[in-house]
Amino acid sequence: MTGVRLLVGTRKGAFVLTSDESRTEWDVNGPLFAGWEIYHVNASPADPDRIYASQSTGWFGQILQRSDDGGRTWEPVGNEFAYDGVPRTHQWYDGTQHPWEFARVWHLEPSLTDPDTVFAGVEDAALFRSTDGGKTWQELSGLRGHKTGEQWQPGAGGLCLHTILIDPENEDRMFVAISAAGVFRTDDGGETWQPINRGLRSRELPDEEREVGHCVHRIAMHPSRPSTLFMQKHWHVMRSDDGGDSWQKVSGNLPSDFGFPIAVHPHEPETIYVVPIKSDSEHVPPDGKLRVCRSRAGGNEWEALTNGLPQEHCYVNVLRDAMAVDRLDPGGVYFGTTGGQVYASSDSGDSWTAIVHDLPSVLSVEAQTLQ
Amino acid sequence: MIRVVLPQHLRTLAGVDGEVRLDVQEPPTPSSVLDALEATYPMLRGTIRDQGTAQRRAFVRFFVCGRDISLEPADDPLPDEVASGAEPFRVVGAMAGG
Repeated sequence: MTGVRLLVGTRKGAFVLTSDESRTEWDVNGPLFAGWEIYHVNASPADPDRIYASQSTGWFGQILQRSDDGGRTWEPVGNEFAYDGVPRTHQWYDGTQHPWEFARVWHLEPSLTDPDTVFAGVEDAALFRSTDGGKTWQELSGLRGHKTGEQWQPGAGGLCLHTILIDPENEDRMFVAISAAGVFRTDDGGETWQPINRGLRSRELPDEEREVGHCVHRIAMHPSRPSTLFMQKHWHVMRSDDGGDSWQKVSGNLPSDFGFPIAVHPHEPETIYVVPIKSDSEHVPPDGKLRVCRSRAGGNEWEALTNGLPQEHCYVNVLRDAMAVDRLDPGGVYFGTTGGQVYASSDSGDSWTAIVHDLPSVLSVEAQTLQ
Repeated sequence: MIRVVLPQHLRTLAGVDGEVRLDVQEPPTPSSVLDALEATYPMLRGTIRDQGTAQRRAFVRFFVCGRDISLEPADDPLPDEVASGAEPFRVVGAMAGG
């Protein structure tokens, strides 16, 4: 079938929403893993039937689920995420040092070419890799072992590694983002890493321009331009055209440049999307109006997309992993809210429809294009 | 034969409906019961106790014969009623409400 499969993680289970290429009628399957927090569900680009899901609760810890049939059946795979060597310490909220402690998997990023290879970004921040379909996990400890590691500090949601981008032209180059440490890049398949935060300014820090400590909420890349990165930071929308070596602010005329997700149009590398949120103390849309802001110039010049979105009394949030795009033409854009809505646009954001209204609070949305 | 009662989420994860019955070497202890449980249902590894340290997870408790034994040594023998199968070994998720 040609169409789209949305993989939705929520506070109380996972949902799979499926449509043909018209994207007008959606089949809703779920909840899967009912009652568990599903931080992320993501599929292998190399095998659309291979899907991984991060399942956890505060009671029973972390489970990793795998499907080999497009989400119809699932099996638990390996859930042992053991830090490599002595865990060491990072900075705690009060400025003291605190031991690294595993809490959960925030993000799963399957390899672009091998369905059995998948990366996991975890809290407390570290990057793990499995090469056997999720049965066993090994830490790529060169990241956490970076000399700045003891300066990393948790954001309000914890010290989480929440974004993993793989360069499609060179899989040895990857980017990860950590709240609140910043962005890091490897050019050798994850052995060594360097912070790439030059140009970021965070007024919450005593030294606004320090090397690490920035609360990066999400980064995004278009596969045809892997050296151009877009970032939604705690405050500020940023871009880099040199693989993260330097960053420029492109917030322009946004109603607020605080927010969580950022996404790139599937066919237009300079078209990007953010969801403005009023502030870090309120976490709601400005003026009660849910707006997706689109720039067709790679930033600075933004238009508010409102057709089909609530424009009064709306006080939901859109979390960092809860926006995705498909690869159909015209491009589809999707996002989920903390109020349980999943909105879809099949015309690059010009108009929106709520596919579902009343799911549990949405943590993540991924869009699989089925062809 | 040791009877083990699991909380609903772990029954679902393990794919079992009612109680779990396990053969455990005499005398059974909390540690040996959990060893047998995890050997039979490997998907439960890490959900009741840490895989590295074997420490009980903070929001999981163990009850036998109406008594909370969570803080007692994991290698202490369980009561005869549990060893004989008359009473179950209960794994309980801590209550949260309000």
